[in-house]
Amino acid sequence: MIKLTNIEKRFGALVALKGVSAVIAEGTVTALIGPSGGGKSTMLRSINLLEIPTSGELTIGEETIVFQSGVKVDGKAVRRLRRQTGMVFQNFQLFPHQTALANVMEGLTTVLKWPADKARARALALLEKVGLAHKAEAWPATLSGGQQQRVAIARALAPSPRVLLCDEPTSALDPELSGEVVDVLAQLAREGTTMVMATHDLRLASKIADRVIFLEAGMIVETGTAREIFTTPRHERTRRFISTLTQRDEVGVDGGDAS
Amino acid sequence: MQHWLSLMASSFPFLLRGALVFTVPLTLLSFTFGLLLGFGIALVRLFGGRLSIAAARFYVWMLRGTPLLVQLFIIFYGLPSVGIVLDAFPAALIGFTLNVGAYTSEIIRAVIASVPKGQWEAAYSIGMSWGQAMRRTILPQAARVAVPPLSNTFISLVKDTSLAAAVTLPELFRAAQRIVATSYEPMILYVEAALIYLALSSVLSILQVRLEHRLGRSGGFLEAKS
Repeated sequence: MIKLTNIEKRFGALVALKGVSAVIAEGTVTALIGPSGGGKSTMLRSINLLEIPTSGELTIGEETIVFQSGVKVDGKAVRRLRRQTGMVFQNFQLFPHQTALANVMEGLTTVLKWPADKARARALALLEKVGLAHKAEAWPATLSGGQQQRVAIARALAPSPRVLLCDEPTSALDPELSGEVVDVLAQLAREGTTMVMATHDLRLASKIADRVIFLEAGMIVETGTAREIFTTPRHERTRRFISTLTQRDEVGVDGGDAS
Repeated sequence: MQHWLSLMASSFPFLLRGALVFTVPLTLLSFTFGLLLGFGIALVRLFGGRLSIAAARFYVWMLRGTPLLVQLFIIFYGLPSVGIVLDAFPAALIGFTLNVGAYTSEIIRAVIASVPKGQWEAAYSIGMSWGQAMRRTILPQAARVAVPPLSNTFISLVKDTSLAAAVTLPELFRAAQRIVATSYEPMILYVEAALIYLALSSVLSILQVRLEHRLGRSGGFLEAKS
């Protein structure tokens, strides 16, 4: 279980998250949606502590960290918590100086100190799973965007994280390439992988999310099942946002955004 | 012409000895130590506290802003008056190391900063510590960009070691000067010395090309970043 309690994040005078609380059950897929700057990326990045919350409490599994304004968080505790998460970035962020296989092995050999052949076997199995076993020895620069993102998913899954965090995983891809990434994520969802994703991609959210959290101005406006939020939202604001997303999809504009 | 060739042939072993015993070791050692020093200064500049950053900037400002020859004179001729007496080789080694450290720190700082922030985040996201991220993810990418500017420094250094002749180190150039003093053939001897420096820098240029090729085998980095 992942539990965020009253998480607040300030960047100087800007308050990016204003006391966000959420519970994410194991085996579920949660989509964070909302306008740019609404806080979905910051909320996601607070879960693996790429952003250290200003205050609040975060629990992943058995690990809990309490954040207090002005109190420095212990680096070891941060890494312990972070190791239970994996992350997929909008711009893939594969290590360009390493092959696809080496990218996936990296967390196993460097962080978990696995022997190379054990790590290689696990990495190959994961590349197989995302349909890229034949690209194991390829350099990232020679792969298409969709392929790079699939390698990035394999890399994030390698240390068997409790939760996979995806930050706009399809936004840098054209519709055709994003399709192959959606398929891989949908497969993972069917297998019961716990996922939290910030996304503008309605196709992605509606296809695989169990629950949807709508964030605006650093606050959670509405939470519900994917069906509830997309078809019968309670709040007028949510309804308006969903309708802009559907309109964009109808005219074929990609919902990409760098937030 | 005959005379010139025979003078070249007879002086060559002396010049080569100066190069192999002094010029080459001085270059290699001061580059290695200078690189380590430069790396340390770069880390301070990038990640240090306010005071240590100010100290590092002061250091770079002093060393870059004064002539290398004057620095060597201070170390070799100046320090004895405060009780520190150094032989020519250690004096030159210290001078060149301090100088290389100042110049390379700027290069190293720039190439580390040039690796996108997303690469740090990707490394952290799979559980790496700061040190692991630096060693496994950031430095290998920074190193590739650093090869051409560091090669520049290295090649300049080979030639700059001729300044050590002024603090009595019997390296390649001083060996030539000494033979000129008895043979009165400055043209032939100094051209010969120049050719040996040229040969040394050419070897480094070739090594640079090989190294770039090796580090470049993963293809375009920039394309992979977005």
